[in-house]
Amino acid sequence: MIWFDTILQGVLLGGLYALFAAGLSLVFGVMRLVNLAHGDFIVAAAYLILLMVTMTGMSPFLAVLIAAPAMFAFGWALQTFMLNRVIGDDVLPPLLVTFGLSVVLQNVLLESFSADSQRLPSGPISTASLNLGGINLGVMPLLTFGSAVVVIIALNQIFYRTALGRAFRATSDDPSTASLMGIRPAGIFAIATGIAFVIVTIAALYLGMRSSFDPNIGPARLIYAFEAVIIGGLGSFWGTLAGGVIIGVAQTLGSAVNPEWQILAGHVAFLLVLLVRPRGLFPRAVD
Amino acid sequence: MALLETRNLTARYGDFQALFGVDIVLEAGETISIIGANGAGKTTLMRSICGLLANQPDSIRFDGRAIGRLAADEIMAMGIAMVPEGRKLFASLSVEENLLVGRYGRAIAGHWSLETVYGLFPILKERRHSPATALSGGQQQMVAIGRALMSNPRVLLCDEISLGLAPVVIRDIYRAVPEIKAAGASLIVVEQDIGQALRVADRVYCMMEGRVTLSGTPAEFSREAIHDAYFGAAA
Repeated sequence: MIWFDTILQGVLLGGLYALFAAGLSLVFGVMRLVNLAHGDFIVAAAYLILLMVTMTGMSPFLAVLIAAPAMFAFGWALQTFMLNRVIGDDVLPPLLVTFGLSVVLQNVLLESFSADSQRLPSGPISTASLNLGGINLGVMPLLTFGSAVVVIIALNQIFYRTALGRAFRATSDDPSTASLMGIRPAGIFAIATGIAFVIVTIAALYLGMRSSFDPNIGPARLIYAFEAVIIGGLGSFWGTLAGGVIIGVAQTLGSAVNPEWQILAGHVAFLLVLLVRPRGLFPRAVD
Repeated sequence: MALLETRNLTARYGDFQALFGVDIVLEAGETISIIGANGAGKTTLMRSICGLLANQPDSIRFDGRAIGRLAADEIMAMGIAMVPEGRKLFASLSVEENLLVGRYGRAIAGHWSLETVYGLFPILKERRHSPATALSGGQQQMVAIGRALMSNPRVLLCDEISLGLAPVVIRDIYRAVPEIKAAGASLIVVEQDIGQALRVADRVYCMMEGRVTLSGTPAEFSREAIHDAYFGAAA
């Protein structure tokens, strides 16, 4: 029973990692771009929510609703005015630019908010739990996992049921032929990054409410996110959720054996999956 | 006024000049063919018109507007649709999704819709949920043509649509041309198959080494004239 409980906690933790990863997965799926500052943007969004909460006293959930459209606009602008200029056949320039962004962001956050750990006030919900047949599940982890599932379903709906989603996939296949369909690839990339930043904001909410954060934890979040995307298979959103769950379960199992092994166990699980399925669990048929 | 014309159109890929002052005219309702050997500049001409290659603004005029500098998506929205060489279907989209994406930048009502495209190529309706690249070459070409038609274009550019297809399949595909014309599109058909080009076109341009070497109605052309324009004057 204790093992079952551990695994269940791991699955729920995986929801958080899937939220970290979903935006990364979307951007990679549409434009083959790995945003190395993804984790730092999650941390920056957490500070934005913190700022709104401390200045107005509003609930963090309300703050996310207000911050999300602003973050969409920010992501759109970042793509339009910066990333679209470096995206192309060569994969190195966007990597260098986003790596630079990561360094800049961490230092701006350090200057503005100091290195002190912060936490989003979450009220009684952070300790509330549900008792399901002898197993106690925290409301916050359940909420996180539920949000991850909703985000993944929404992304799948957009991708596979709308004209915008067809344009995403067509542009991903072949940007120049997509432009013959009246699609402006640069505009499609900007919308994709905007949506990714909405997900970043949601991820920031749960990052900030479940644990403390400081300006330097971004790169580690990026690694979890990246591992979840790779485990799941590039371009598959459900795969990204599965990848997050695998890392989450590996981490809780690892820490159940020895608390020092938590992080290590996640990385080992990632390497094992890569060893057995180099293209991930659910690779897209076409790459 | 011509619907679409190029004036002294030049195009280059880096240091390599591919077109040297090409003048072609497409009147409304007309079908013209462009023939020529590999490397004659036919595909470069098509890529220039549809906006994949940037040119001098005034070197291409459509409906009285200079479009030489416009991007491909802007030109498509004005009503010039392209069936690219090699079909270029979207591999991660189904047949039906490929057709639907064809009207992304120009969703206007007109003769062409999913229904009428399926009417034109009934086999596509049966295969509409298959991945587009799972179809045979001829069926893929039908998808590529249908995809371009979905935007109800005023000009349809067809680049080498018979390349690599069996003669019987080519006949099937060209059987669609009358309905395409009746729906109001003017056509520019690039062909290596001279017989097919002469049958379908009101006027023909023959290109060689980036220049137009012969133009006129099919009836005016003798085999010798085409041979000379195609391969260079007999030495």
